[in-house]
Amino acid sequence: MYTPDNIFTTTIDKAVRWSRTQSMWPVTFGLACCAIEMMAAGSAKYDLARYGMEVFRASPRQADLMIVAGRVSQKMAPVLRQVYDQMADPKWVIAMGACSSTGGMFNNYALVQGVDHIVPVDIYVPGCPPGPQSLMHGILTLHDKIMDGEINR
Amino acid sequence: MKNNKIKKSKLSNFKNKLDFWATNSEEGGWNISSTDEGSQKMLENENEKQIKIQTGTEVVDDFVIDEDTSDDERMIVNMGPQHPSTHGVLRLQVELEGEVVRRVKPIIGYLHTGMEKTGEELNYFQGPTNTTRMDYLSPLFNELVFSLTTEKLIGIEVPKRAETIRILMTELNRVSSHLVALATGGMDIGALSMMIFGFRERELILNFFEKTTGLRMNHNYIRPGGVAADLPDGWQKDVEEILKIIPEKLQDYDDMLLDNPIWKGRLQNVGILTTEECFAYGVTGPSLRASGYSWDLRKSQPYSGIENYEFDVPTLTEGDVFARWRVKVLEIFESLKIIEQAMNNMPKGPYKVQDKKITPPPRKRLDESMEALIHHFKIYTEGFKVPEGDAYVAVESPRGELGCYIVSDGSAKPYRMHVRGPSFCNLQALPVIMTDSPIADAVAAIASLDPVLGDVDR
Amino acid sequence: MNTEIISTTTEEYKELIESLKNDGFEMMIDLTAVDWFRKKEPRFEIVVQFLSTSKNSRKTVKVFVNDEDLTIPSITDIYPSANFYEREAYDMFGIVFEDHPDLTRILMPDDWEGHPLRKNYGSGRIPVQFKNAPKVD
Repeated sequence: MYTPDNIFTTTIDKAVRWSRTQSMWPVTFGLACCAIEMMAAGSAKYDLARYGMEVFRASPRQADLMIVAGRVSQKMAPVLRQVYDQMADPKWVIAMGACSSTGGMFNNYALVQGVDHIVPVDIYVPGCPPGPQSLMHGILTLHDKIMDGEINR
Repeated sequence: MKNNKIKKSKLSNFKNKLDFWATNSEEGGWNISSTDEGSQKMLENENEKQIKIQTGTEVVDDFVIDEDTSDDERMIVNMGPQHPSTHGVLRLQVELEGEVVRRVKPIIGYLHTGMEKTGEELNYFQGPTNTTRMDYLSPLFNELVFSLTTEKLIGIEVPKRAETIRILMTELNRVSSHLVALATGGMDIGALSMMIFGFRERELILNFFEKTTGLRMNHNYIRPGGVAADLPDGWQKDVEEILKIIPEKLQDYDDMLLDNPIWKGRLQNVGILTTEECFAYGVTGPSLRASGYSWDLRKSQPYSGIENYEFDVPTLTEGDVFARWRVKVLEIFESLKIIEQAMNNMPKGPYKVQDKKITPPPRKRLDESMEALIHHFKIYTEGFKVPEGDAYVAVESPRGELGCYIVSDGSAKPYRMHVRGPSFCNLQALPVIMTDSPIADAVAAIASLDPVLGDVDR
Repeated sequence: MNTEIISTTTEEYKELIESLKNDGFEMMIDLTAVDWFRKKEPRFEIVVQFLSTSKNSRKTVKVFVNDEDLTIPSITDIYPSANFYEREAYDMFGIVFEDHPDLTRILMPDDWEGHPLRKNYGSGRIPVQFKNAPKVD
């Protein structure tokens, strides 16, 4: 079969997965210290725009990815879940930092001991706070996960 | 076997108690066990006096309509807690009359971490680990105030080198904190270049912090009895670079913003806070200095030997958002002066207090001396004991007076540890700034107060 | 610098604060409580820090709250900055401030039970399972 040079063939699965990874818009869910590092990752030196992700959307309706950056308190938990519910499918969650992954050093009455009690988490990024490089590594790992995974999630 | 059963029942109990357990499940149902949605409301009826407290004195920016409007034309709008320009998780209930804000109620607590409770469980040696995570933009100040309070309770003096390192690091931290305030403040108002610029320059300082302390934020570097480690080799070079680059870049900011008509029009005569209002609401720091009152704890109640440095306290008289922005820029210059003096006059000597009970011995000594091993073990497992009493110490953090109140009962852990966060108090002035001004100025007002919600909720 | 510490009673508390205000202490800097559970007899102690910028001095006022009703007059009408601090003390210790305009919980959710910073309130630590954790596949 003849195919011109400017056309290449692929499977629909692969095309969908690829397009999902290349423009993944995060929702601004900065809570604590990690939010500052998330902003640093989006700014000049680390430049998240390389991965098509610099558009932090304020509205959860327009976002695919929630980066839970910081400690989640008992008071914030319902809000977090509501924002997650408002996001359009397909959606992913990154738990950034020790506090949102496990509760971190604050094992007490006020904090939810890990955001996975409330929402399903895809990637855990360790560190207190994780540097922008760690966050980027987490994001790239998520990209790999999407490329390898099912498209109907 | 029996043991196993108990464990299992405990685990299931634990699950029931939490009532939401979504790991390993496909978005399982989540029963809301505790919610705050709508339970915090504005007061239905406020008397004259309370409204007077809320609106403060009448100033130029107040937007008063003479005709009485009916209650139907008033609308309550909820802003936050997930909002890009509330600097974290601040929630505001705003009562609007058309475009004009009539009443504001800040609702906080969405980042309450229980740090004061955790602080009672950690000993004095571990304390800075906890306090450093409060105000995450100026972590070194939190460590400094905790260490100073502990040292006051014990009654020790740290060596000169440790004091100078503390001043050097905290003033660098003030610069980085103000840079973030300028960056996010600019972004909120629409000057997006400021966001890129501020974070770019901040990286310079954070790189130096990473070199010295091992972390970019939350350092746990300043500890009771000195600092955790000496400055790295060639630190002068890094500091010199910072001292050279930052003034140039600040000049860029000024070129961009100082005579920019949009920037001026957006900020001048907006969100005025007078000195009397600052006193009434306990507002300190740049906001107080922007209202025309020269008050800086570094000058009036010096700590850590800062009285030996020459610097000015920039003071402006307007008290509006523009003045608060300008004071921060000018303060960076003053901090750079202090950093230069600290760098040139860095004394030699130990960087920790030479007291076996407080400072753990260096690693090398452990192989040679039994006594050193015992001290090392005691300090790292038990901590050092602090005599009974209580103390309140305050330092000038980038946001105002940061105080720490510790009650000791003679054990190795604080009986009560309370931190007076400047943002917590400054936030009370937000209704005064925002009432009777257009809703579009609300974002500028929040940004100018520069609240850090980790400091507010603790 | 040395801070003068004044101890007072709940009855004289408000008068003292008023006299401090007239005395040139413009700012109420900090208000907090200490729980002396089973250590001292009136259980709760309120500690208030004042700052005078004109005289450059500080004063600390300490007052024990009666155990029966846990009530103390509010000072929000003298120092508006006490508003958040009194709400925090109410939230964390359960001390009632009379005539406070809006005495509700400030940091915890409204339907929270208990007052977290009391000494007989557990820290809420959840034991962390390091070994033999249930496998997730």
